[in-house]
Amino acid sequence: MSEAPILRAAGLAKRFGARLALAEVSLELWEGEVLAVVGESGSGKSTLLACLAGRMAPDAGTVEFRTRHEGWRDVHAMSEAARRLLERTDWGFVHQRPEDGLRMTVSAGANIGERLMALGARRYGWIRAQAAHWLAQVEMDAARLDESPLAFSGGMRQRLQIARNLVTRPRLVFMDEPTSGLDVSVQARLVDLLRGLVRRLSLAAIVVTHDLGVARLLAHRMMVLKDGRVVETGLTDQVLDDPHHPYTQQLVASALAP
Amino acid sequence: MSARAALAAVRAAGERARYNFAYLDERTKRMIRRAILKAVAIPGYQVPFAAREMPLPWGWGTGGMQVTAAVIGPQDVLKVIDQGADDTVNAVNIRRFFERTAGIATTERTAHATVIQTRHRIPETPLAEGQIVVFQVPVPEPMQRLEPRESETRRMHALADYGLMHVKLYEDIARYGRIVTAYDYPVIVNGRYLMAPSPIPKFDNPKLHMSPALMLFGAGREKRIYAVPPYTRVESLGFEDHPFEVQRWQAACALCGSRESFLDEVVTDDRGGRLYVCSDTDWCAARRARADAR
Amino acid sequence: MNEPALAIRGLCKSFVLHAQGGVELRVLRDVTLEVRAGECVALEGRSGSGKSTLLKCIYGTYRANAGSIRVLGREVVGAPPRELLALRREALGYVSQFLRAVPRVPALDVVAEPLIERCGESAEALAAARRAAGQLLLRLRVPMRLWEVPPATFSGGEQQRVNIARALLEPRPVLLLDEPTAALDADNRATVVALIGELRRAGAAIVGIFHDARVRDAVATRVFDLERGR
Repeated sequence: MSEAPILRAAGLAKRFGARLALAEVSLELWEGEVLAVVGESGSGKSTLLACLAGRMAPDAGTVEFRTRHEGWRDVHAMSEAARRLLERTDWGFVHQRPEDGLRMTVSAGANIGERLMALGARRYGWIRAQAAHWLAQVEMDAARLDESPLAFSGGMRQRLQIARNLVTRPRLVFMDEPTSGLDVSVQARLVDLLRGLVRRLSLAAIVVTHDLGVARLLAHRMMVLKDGRVVETGLTDQVLDDPHHPYTQQLVASALAP
Repeated sequence: MSARAALAAVRAAGERARYNFAYLDERTKRMIRRAILKAVAIPGYQVPFAAREMPLPWGWGTGGMQVTAAVIGPQDVLKVIDQGADDTVNAVNIRRFFERTAGIATTERTAHATVIQTRHRIPETPLAEGQIVVFQVPVPEPMQRLEPRESETRRMHALADYGLMHVKLYEDIARYGRIVTAYDYPVIVNGRYLMAPSPIPKFDNPKLHMSPALMLFGAGREKRIYAVPPYTRVESLGFEDHPFEVQRWQAACALCGSRESFLDEVVTDDRGGRLYVCSDTDWCAARRARADAR
Repeated sequence: MNEPALAIRGLCKSFVLHAQGGVELRVLRDVTLEVRAGECVALEGRSGSGKSTLLKCIYGTYRANAGSIRVLGREVVGAPPRELLALRREALGYVSQFLRAVPRVPALDVVAEPLIERCGESAEALAAARRAAGQLLLRLRVPMRLWEVPPATFSGGEQQRVNIARALLEPRPVLLLDEPTAALDADNRATVVALIGELRRAGAAIVGIFHDARVRDAVATRVFDLERGR
């Protein structure tokens, strides 16, 4: 882990009409650190993720990312071109539904290679070798490189989506309920895979989840959101084993195996 | 003059009088010309325009006809081709349409034409300065099949974010071992905009590069006009290890013996007999005439 | 070196149960304890006196209400998450009563994980970490055929030995042991007792809960009674 955070947000707020979706949310994230954002549906988790990832402009507050070459940059003040470049180089975004993050009409290899091609890679052989490498990294058979994601199971699609994001070796990955659409047995495998990748690649990640078990296995730190506000933060074992806020206690008490 | 011929002459004059020159009204033509000027100023950029109803269905060349109507003048000589041929139904009808509504001269000779409206081909005869080629375009957006949201493709154009187009070519190679896209092969114009060259064979793509003629593209149904001005760089996409290549034939044209033109395959009998002939009928006829003269 | 490896002063920990109308359970009151390198302190007290709670406070899992816990001079109470993680990595070993294993991860990697986390993508470092883990598992009599199996299906004793191996693979200066031998047979108990002795003599400061009096007598250099505060 390095000495400075790579992402910091201060005073984030967002309203949808009369409803307050996010209020006074601040956080810092370091390289190699996984932060789980937990809370019920409607707690503002996904809104927070969208604001952090530059996909939704907050009504107030700032989000800054420490870029490789230009130091701190305000995510919402940078040009769309600059943000898009960031999105396909240093960032990844794993959607809950793999279909939202994949191109379902092209092969697995093309899905993985797209970021490289968008960055100007023009050697077919190299792009294909990279795609095969990352397919193996997500524990998929390289022989399936030319298959369409339509032929894949939900778990495989999710792994493909992850490979597609990792091919440029991002430093920060946003994940929106990455396991919740999957069967329990498939979930365990995916969590384990993510855990290994995050550690091996020293990724920073923000994982939005309502599954405390997933948070326990993946995250170093946790942030509990309720009605758009942070009610508790701490190391994952602190929040889950010694919850302070009434809402966190209720959340932990009602989970099957946190 | 017989009574019948006199009647026909009167009818023809009356028909022309019922139309404005070249069918469209002057306001519409001005609107289209403004779009064309903008398209010329931003090579490869798709300029929206308010396409009018034409007296034939969308998809039959309405975009090309509106562009032709907007740029053509009384002194112009028009050539219309469809699949390289001047004598197909669509080409004949469009040519007759402008004869009737503008009273202009028409030709089948590429070298004689000042305006060439085309579907599916660029003539083999090298184009010259002062000529205008008008392309009929069914789908102006090269990424439409891969990214159906127009809001998204427009943003990709704005940001020159064209990785997706290589995805398509990658798919070709992964599936067939080579780039099989043979028509409407995507190009980058002037180093900036990704452009669909309309469904011409990729054989014709090199003719777009640094052409002395003005190339105008009209999509009536999609209401877009774009352009490649004279002497503009037009680069066909490819990979370093799978570069852009044009089609080649083993055979020569069965009629004129040409080995450098785009050939159509013609089935001659039901026993598998076939031969190849030039798709550009004017080119083929001119070569034969020259051979006869010798 | 006179500075104690572990210094606890005036430690208080209570739990507020909001679901039970906000009732407050005061578990630790004004606990003061110092443990030096080479000492092994056995915690005493009836069930519910807060022995496990104290260990979890030292490890930082439970957030103390008042007082101070210093590990090698570094404060645990109120430490920012990153500092606490670094402190755990560098100075704190903790053998919990139960193994919380990740599904699908083989036993060998569960044990080697603290080392693996620092391997990055180096294949040699990874192999070395797994070799070291294997040696420790051999000593704890976990048969080789189990090494590549996820420990979720193991017996209680096997799981506990995996857990011990995981915590002891890379000895930390301060070691917290929560009933490390509860599920073990006599032979394995003896092995663990020997391991703890070795670590202590090598300079570890150890705090443990040992219900088995024979184990306690064999490893502890001192007993601390939580109810009497000394």
